[in-house]
Amino acid sequence: MKYIEPHGHMVSRTTDDYQKMAMAGCEAICEPAFWAGYDRASVQGFYDYFRQLTEYEPARAAKFGIPHFCWLCINPKESEDAGFAREVLSLIPEFIDRPTVLGIGEIGLNKNTKNELAIFEEHVEIAKKYDQPILIHTPHLEDKLKGTKLIIDALKNANVDSSRVVIDHVEEHTAGLVLDNGFWAGMTLYPESKCTPARAVDILENFGMENIWMNSACDWGVSDPLAVVKTALEMGKRQYDKATIERVIYDNPKSFLENCPNFKI
Amino acid sequence: MPSKKDILDLYFMPARRDLIEIAAYLDRLDRHEGEEDFRVAGFYKALVALQNPGDKSRAEAVLLALSDHSETPIPAATIQGAFGAPDESLINSQ
Ligand SMILES: [Zn+2]
Repeated sequence: MKYIEPHGHMVSRTTDDYQKMAMAGCEAICEPAFWAGYDRASVQGFYDYFRQLTEYEPARAAKFGIPHFCWLCINPKESEDAGFAREVLSLIPEFIDRPTVLGIGEIGLNKNTKNELAIFEEHVEIAKKYDQPILIHTPHLEDKLKGTKLIIDALKNANVDSSRVVIDHVEEHTAGLVLDNGFWAGMTLYPESKCTPARAVDILENFGMENIWMNSACDWGVSDPLAVVKTALEMGKRQYDKATIERVIYDNPKSFLENCPNFKI
Repeated sequence: MPSKKDILDLYFMPARRDLIEIAAYLDRLDRHEGEEDFRVAGFYKALVALQNPGDKSRAEAVLLALSDHSETPIPAATIQGAFGAPDESLINSQ
């Protein structure tokens, strides 16, 4: 079935995963910049990462006929050292015009600290300066509720167009906050945390199918690059028709991503 | 849309499995030596929320019981990860 993976960390995945995703019907992969499972030792490490995201991964995906796009930033886990984070931010202008860059992301908060919030706000200013959409990471587990509220407040203070911002990793306690404030919501389908396929379908039933997408966020941890299509199967079990399923796994991400001038499939 | 019977047919067995897993986990915790930490209290608080969700859905009530409800950014990160339940002693000291 036709679908878009709007959030996958393919730098951590094998080439076999690209093949499986292609066979499952994946028509585009979008890769936000994030933590790579370890702290990078230097700014140069990010320079190389941005090259990997804009050069190497698109070429690897193309071998399986899948267009690969990316978002750029320094993630909140590595933003606690604000001086280091600002040096990484200074690299972004050099990469922002590359043909597969979608915008600024995934920025956000991790432990809800003052420095994380300051660097988040500086990213938002860069997005405004370059007229870029934003993809947001909300914190894990016990930190998610507080972080989501802090992020929404900061975005409101910055007067960002909420229709060009997707706030990811929502769960039952944050989906309403995000959608009611006019932002797009992303649901992440992880085997051990965030949403299971069954809960993701519950969230669609409780919060509606407007302005929401699902992603696998497959990365270096316990995750599943086919989680989106598996959740589509779960929707089938709940008797949703093909058109409704396609709306959630293809049309919705496509319509948000069309905010990004470089997104073409 | 599926009926209640359809939902039972789809989800009763996995929910039954998960319920027994929770019971066995709590027994396992009781049986072993050593100190508990804040996660145990958080878990029991979430079990109460599950049965008394008030005006929330049960899933939301459980997630809220396992959330940090403080509102201001903390001065600095002391760890990168998260535990799954708030450490109230840490939150109150910040
Ligand atoms: Zn991610």
